[in-house]
Amino acid sequence: MSTHEHHDHDHDHHDHDHNSPPQPDDKVHSYYQILGTAVKELLIEKGVVAADEVRRMIERRDSITPANGAKVVARAWTDPAFKARLLKDANAAVQEFGIDMPTTHLVAVENTENLHNVVVCTLCSCYPRDLLGLPPSWYKSKAYRARVVSEPRAVLEEFGTSLSDNVEVRVHDSTADMRYLVVPRRPAGTEGMSQDALASIITRDTMIGVAVVEPLQN
Amino acid sequence: MPQRFHEGDFVRVRDDYPIGHIRTPVYIRGKQGVIVKDFGAFGNPETLAYCLPTEKRELYKVRFWQQMVWSSYKGGPRDTVDLDIYEHWLEKAE
Amino acid sequence: MRGPHDVGGLDFGPVENATHDLTLWEKQIDAIRAVIGAKGIVSTHENRRTIEQLGHDVYDTLNYYERWTASLARQMIDKGILTQDEIDARVVQVRQRLADTGELELKEGA
Repeated sequence: MSTHEHHDHDHDHHDHDHNSPPQPDDKVHSYYQILGTAVKELLIEKGVVAADEVRRMIERRDSITPANGAKVVARAWTDPAFKARLLKDANAAVQEFGIDMPTTHLVAVENTENLHNVVVCTLCSCYPRDLLGLPPSWYKSKAYRARVVSEPRAVLEEFGTSLSDNVEVRVHDSTADMRYLVVPRRPAGTEGMSQDALASIITRDTMIGVAVVEPLQN
Repeated sequence: MPQRFHEGDFVRVRDDYPIGHIRTPVYIRGKQGVIVKDFGAFGNPETLAYCLPTEKRELYKVRFWQQMVWSSYKGGPRDTVDLDIYEHWLEKAE
Repeated sequence: MRGPHDVGGLDFGPVENATHDLTLWEKQIDAIRAVIGAKGIVSTHENRRTIEQLGHDVYDTLNYYERWTASLARQMIDKGILTQDEIDARVVQVRQRLADTGELELKEGA
């Protein structure tokens, strides 16, 4: 257990004494917020980055959400030929949705009756940002990165996901240039659903592999 | 550059601890696994991280059985962990 | 040697899976990093290296975007784009503004 682990929480910066020097506790946060603002202003003044470029990048980031990935997965569930293309060359397959991932090598891995995939980046925070948006804070936390490789079943239990010992749990540690997308299993009872309706039940966490898509309730 | 490994080859990760920017996590060093995919050649992050000219290195997807990675692993014997590892971190295993 | 970032197999307790929306400040740091990367000023590889080189004390204490901020400042100094003096002086100014207005100037184009 660690008492100094912050888990990337949203700290309330206004509670801090902004005039204090950096301290190895919560007060340190306001210092880095100030430092970030100072560096941003200097970079803009020197023309290293333009304010407009930063604004447009934020807009671009905000526009990419897990719904993109959900659409891709829903198509894979309903179109076997597309699924085959997705598993073979995910970059080309998502381009069919107009999703361009020029700097990412996307790899789609499929959950089956006997195999459950879960994704992590133990060294930093590699994540298919151009498809799913920015990763959730827990994905970047040391707690997740540390334990999901060595005790994935226990971590999955913490997310409410219990898997039989007969199912192979396969952890993908994104240590290099590949970014992983889990294609979760399609739950029973969804046979008649449209792609849009299917996409609406596919969550971010199921595409990271810490959750399974819940069967529909009657 | 000739490929050194092929799908199905058993490999061992070098058990070395150099100073520098290393994308082979400590927990997998010295462990034995099997090549499951050859991704082709990619720039070597160990030199790219220092803005130095880099040569391409073959990158492999390597699969490890969890019970061989963690002595006290809790889970099925089929559970695996896959890592993407550059060729110079791998050596042939028997 | 195990760097501060290389945490696979360690134990930092249960995963707190509550999420929060990023603050504007976090989004700005994220975006500046992305713009600088896209311009080829600092690559992803360099960014990772400088974050790792923050060392245990800093890495373990700061949250995610604070690490990015610390390493961004260091990268700009390393590359001669900003000087430590400039950054220090601007930090004082921003702090003063905070003291005057009670909040950070977080609007774009400031």
